[in-house]
Amino acid sequence: TKPCGRRSSSFPSLDPPAGFGQELPYVLIDCIGGRYGVYEDHAEFLKKYFHLIAMKEYLENKKFLSKKIRAIYMWFHKPVIKEELLQSLPNLKIVASSGVGIDHLDLNLLSRYGVKVSNTPFVVSTDTADLGMALMLASSRRLVEGYQIAVSPDTEYFPADWLGAEVSGATLGIVGMGTIGYKVAERAKAFEMKILYHNRNQRNKEEESAVGASYCKKIDDLLQQSDFVLLSVNLTPQTHKLIGKRELELMKPTATLINISRGLVVDQDALVEALQNKVIKAAALDVTYPEPLPRDHPLLKLKNVIITPHIGSATKKTRRLMMENMMESIQAGLRGLPIPNEVLL
Amino acid sequence: ISRQETFSNFLVASVMAEEELPGILILDIGGTHGVLENLVPLLKKHFRLITMKEFLENKKEMSKKIQSVFVFECRPTVDRELLESLPNLKVIGNSGVGVDHLDLKMISNFGVKVTNTPHAVADSTADIGMALMLASARRLVEGCQIAVSPDTKCFAVDWLGVEVTRATLGIVGMGSIGYKVAQRARAFDMRILYHNRNRRRKEEEEAVGAHYCEKMEDLLQQSDFVMLVVNLTPETHKLIGKKELGLMKPTATLINISRGAVIDQDALVEALQNKVIRAAALDVTYPEPLPRDHPLLKLNNIIITPHIGTATVQAIRMMAEEAIANMLAVLNGQPIPSEVFPK
Repeated sequence: TKPCGRRSSSFPSLDPPAGFGQELPYVLIDCIGGRYGVYEDHAEFLKKYFHLIAMKEYLENKKFLSKKIRAIYMWFHKPVIKEELLQSLPNLKIVASSGVGIDHLDLNLLSRYGVKVSNTPFVVSTDTADLGMALMLASSRRLVEGYQIAVSPDTEYFPADWLGAEVSGATLGIVGMGTIGYKVAERAKAFEMKILYHNRNQRNKEEESAVGASYCKKIDDLLQQSDFVLLSVNLTPQTHKLIGKRELELMKPTATLINISRGLVVDQDALVEALQNKVIKAAALDVTYPEPLPRDHPLLKLKNVIITPHIGSATKKTRRLMMENMMESIQAGLRGLPIPNEVLL
Repeated sequence: ISRQETFSNFLVASVMAEEELPGILILDIGGTHGVLENLVPLLKKHFRLITMKEFLENKKEMSKKIQSVFVFECRPTVDRELLESLPNLKVIGNSGVGVDHLDLKMISNFGVKVTNTPHAVADSTADIGMALMLASARRLVEGCQIAVSPDTKCFAVDWLGVEVTRATLGIVGMGSIGYKVAQRARAFDMRILYHNRNRRRKEEEEAVGAHYCEKMEDLLQQSDFVMLVVNLTPETHKLIGKKELGLMKPTATLINISRGAVIDQDALVEALQNKVIRAAALDVTYPEPLPRDHPLLKLNNIIITPHIGTATVQAIRMMAEEAIANMLAVLNGQPIPSEVFPK
């Protein structure tokens, strides 16, 4: 069975490689392997369909390769695309970007050069929702602190008065009820949580009642009632610093902020202050701005914060599905067919 | 019993003078192992509180007054000597569901009843099981360390965990807690297998999409995550040993929210060192805490938490309420909600 989260593709996906004598399309990547490159096993797969050109190779042989390259496979924001690159790739048709976020791309610029863009919105959703739940549970039950006590050389006994707070039965406010937000709601419902949500648009009644979610037209209402506030919006000019000093003060002093969207959705300085002054109880962040934070950043020193290194989609299976989605989008884009997961302006 | 119905519904607000209230023995108030201070008013509503210190200082007078013992985090220790010195003892009310620290047969021989708190612990313990499974699968603790480490310059993109959604969860022990784990896991689209002394009713199975494995071996061979939710009895002692670990997938994770002694810990160390299984996540060990030089503390494919299955403000309170309701039922000759019998 097809794993869910992967939209059933009606496009000719995973076509057999080009026949004898036909050249494979040239696709630019940053590099293969190492800590930041395209995974080696992914590259082996992609090479059946594309002639992969690493940035290093491209720069060494620009004259010949610049006209050949018709697509860019952008794996975790690399290679970085600036106007200079677009100018030197006259036959570039499509940029396939990994993950769902596209805030790192200049869509207007790409559009001016007639280059199409795709992302991988659906395959990341279950892993990201799972991580949102993991962060909420870990924070509420003080899991990381607890682990440190369990393994510390100084621990002689486990104290009886060391307590966390219950997730089951608490109120969760989801800010951004897209695919990921909705999957969080599905999971939270099983913990008998009361679910509030705020979204640009209200979902339909069936969707709401399936997860027992109540719409808060005003984000203030959600903030005031929630024990956990989870951010799963995309980053746009409208959501930039969506959560600032005012919003943090509207939250309960016993509340926890969870961010699985983008660092810039939160006013980080305001968050530091709120955590230091116990305006809110705690925060759990998979995303910050920048990533990683500077090593002397106050967020790294606070006891009531847990931070993970942007691992929302970091599982083997999901990364493989992302790669396959990107491959399909590039193939479709190069054949002039409708592009799966196209990002429109 | 639904979440909303705490045992406060069952508490009889006796209108009695304090001296007439039945005496209850506790270890201490506050401190490292004593009953939490905010539970004291709850206890004082129905009992005359007698600490171990007070009892020992004035045994002659106190011993006759004590009709119940409130055992909080396994203390005070209930041994033969204590039982012999409490002639009017009727009930031992345990805070928590596990009673492996109590000699049920010996206590029964003294004509004393034992009660536990199965309802109050279920949600919080199921939550910890889910928390451990998610934290282990997604390498959350490691991730936190990377995020704050002074050596971190960039986040590597080839740093991966394993999926929880749509994976197979094998629940060993499908009592109240195990069932609540199944309810939660279902929302993650997990395939749920379970092994239990007795099979649950069809409706119960269907409600959570759980498949019964009469043989634990079948569960072990198919599961990506194996979660132990049994109580500790002679039958479940070292239930998971070398053989069982060998049957698990090399990509599987073992999660223990039951009791440390359900696992053969030496076998577990070996299995983790040799990558016979992928990882373990334990809320319970034997003993607690482990000796500081124990090999389990040095492995990097294990997370351990300090027995915090019920360590929430809400659960601690609900456990006290449930224990009190049970003890009062015994003292008032009413049906006892959660009595525990020796085998």
